[in-house]
Amino acid sequence: MGTLHSFIARYPIWAIAILVLIVALAWLIVAPWPPGLEEAMGRKRVFLNAILSGITLGALYFLVASGFTLVFGLMRNVNLAHGSLYLLGGYIGYGVADVTGYWLLAFPVVFILVGALGLLLQHQVFRRMEGEELRQTMVTIGISIVLADLMLWFWGGQSYQLLSPDWLSGPTTLPLVSSIRPNGEAVYLSYPLVRIAILIAAIVIGLAMWFVLNRSRLGMLIRAGVDDRDILAASGVRIQYVFLAVFAFGAGMAGMAGIVGGTFQSLSPGEDTRFLLASLVVVIVGGMGSIPGAALGAVIIGLAEQVGLVYAPTYSVVFTFLIMATVLAFRPQGLLGAKH
Amino acid sequence: MAQVLPVTAPARLMVLEGIPAPVWVIGLLLLLMPALASNFVLFQIFGWSFILGMIALSLMVLAGYGGMVSLIQMTVGALAGYVVAILGTSGVPQISLGWPWWLHIPLAILVATLFGTLVGALAVRTEGIYTIMITLAIAAAFFYFTRQNYGIFNGYTGFNNVVPPALFGVDWRQPVPFYYLTLGCATLSYLAVVWMARTPFGLALQGVRDNPRRMSALGFSVTAHRILAYSFASVIAAVGGILLVWQNAQVVPGTAGIPQVIDILVIAVVGGLKRPIGPFIGALIYALLSVFSSDILLAFGMSGERFKLVVGLGFLAVVFFSPDGVLGLWERWRARPQGSGRDLRPANREARP
Repeated sequence: MGTLHSFIARYPIWAIAILVLIVALAWLIVAPWPPGLEEAMGRKRVFLNAILSGITLGALYFLVASGFTLVFGLMRNVNLAHGSLYLLGGYIGYGVADVTGYWLLAFPVVFILVGALGLLLQHQVFRRMEGEELRQTMVTIGISIVLADLMLWFWGGQSYQLLSPDWLSGPTTLPLVSSIRPNGEAVYLSYPLVRIAILIAAIVIGLAMWFVLNRSRLGMLIRAGVDDRDILAASGVRIQYVFLAVFAFGAGMAGMAGIVGGTFQSLSPGEDTRFLLASLVVVIVGGMGSIPGAALGAVIIGLAEQVGLVYAPTYSVVFTFLIMATVLAFRPQGLLGAKH
Repeated sequence: MAQVLPVTAPARLMVLEGIPAPVWVIGLLLLLMPALASNFVLFQIFGWSFILGMIALSLMVLAGYGGMVSLIQMTVGALAGYVVAILGTSGVPQISLGWPWWLHIPLAILVATLFGTLVGALAVRTEGIYTIMITLAIAAAFFYFTRQNYGIFNGYTGFNNVVPPALFGVDWRQPVPFYYLTLGCATLSYLAVVWMARTPFGLALQGVRDNPRRMSALGFSVTAHRILAYSFASVIAAVGGILLVWQNAQVVPGTAGIPQVIDILVIAVVGGLKRPIGPFIGALIYALLSVFSSDILLAFGMSGERFKLVVGLGFLAVVFFSPDGVLGLWERWRARPQGSGRDLRPANREARP
């Protein structure tokens, strides 16, 4: 956490402002609201719901964007077909869960199938045009157009929703006070269990990725590849295998995120571009190629969308955009991005 | 002191003093087209091609001369169309102000140009693929915003009944007048781009594309040239957008939806990003495909709805095999029997100061 120390040392005022903001937010979430505040901002339950929806949406965005940012960080290629992999994963997952009846089984199946498609893409498409960024971008746009139409052909225009298994359906009670009854009894917030499970899963996956990247030999190879691909290849590492592995992993993650998205939202044509754009904004805000950046960006964008939706419905999209424009104007490499 | 030599000058294809015969033939053919083609072809294929070609041309200016692939051009055009609908007359009298044409059309172009310049100022802070992503994200934000905002943009329904003013007593939405209107605008923007590429600004812009560091060392402001290129391109995109809105008689959020934004890139790339004529060729192919593809697909026994699949596969094929688009294929085919004499010609021309 050396970066944190140096950040505090370099920008003490910003650090204090961010700390005050975090403490204020924590107080708003944990403490029961005084009546004056409820008058000004509405019911606490609404606020808590918006915050939780924002964070869980952020978890979903993180699942999609982490693969995207990892692929970009290592290989410098922007895979604009990432959203199509997300939607394809969701559709396949729906099929698997529908046929077998096991929701959990959809995850490994989708990870393998979409990951294999990723292998194919990296091996047949990206490797042929290494270093030609614009061409890669355009080829992936072409692939996403073709995939979108093939999926429309296959699955039609209707929307699908995956049903979560029984042990994950229904609400759960969280240890957060949503209001105080007149008799002094505290009412605790109840929230869909499946969303909490997804949030926990995203945190676990994020931590696992962080550990693999920072504490394992494969992670060491990947980080070395991010820093200097040519030297790594020159020191005898078969970098094409590392590329294949990372691309397949990123694609598989996007596919699994499709199952998650299909469970707490729905799957329909157009969701592919929506999630592609969400990943783009998340990694632009968080910083290209950085996993913690993707997590931070995902939570910020998810919160901005959901809180904006509750308190200023017309302008929620503008919030997202304003955040992105501000970050670009003051820190073009993203909040946690490294300067190249 | 080193002389400033234009490294490549692909823009100087057409030199006025030596217009080759094919150009005369094509020009005459285009002028006489109303005598040959049906109204449907004039309005729906040629009119649409000229409009899409103009918007793609604005992308070609940025990508070909500036090295910046921007996906905001369709949005700039749609914004101009929205301003025309809001300030002029439309089927939504609660919002439209009904200002006269000599006021609302220049204002629409101005507003769209300002917007394009602003986006450019944000986008030039980044390079290469980042530019694509940022302009795509802004285009998406505009789409969702217009869909949600009812106060100004009238939300999901947008504006209908947006028609060109009846100047000189002509109904410009009739096929023949509309054909000449779009042909005139397209020709003007084409000539403007050819002229721009040969001005000192255009040459400096191409220098910035090829070697920003050297240009900056020579005292050129890299950022200013890039932003100005966005402004120039935005004017063309704005005119194209207004024409598009007149053609459809409506402007809705979907006018600049994500597929439409991507289509402009497809058109420009398929036509070729190196020359200003490329986008028009791409637009003609696109218009022909989208109008006739269902018939062709049905003839092969497939469902007529698979138009996007055909476009996507065609685009993939072009990007895979000919990065310079259809024009690149044509040039390679021409270059084969004659050697490379044609390619050398621009480099022999005298340098401009």
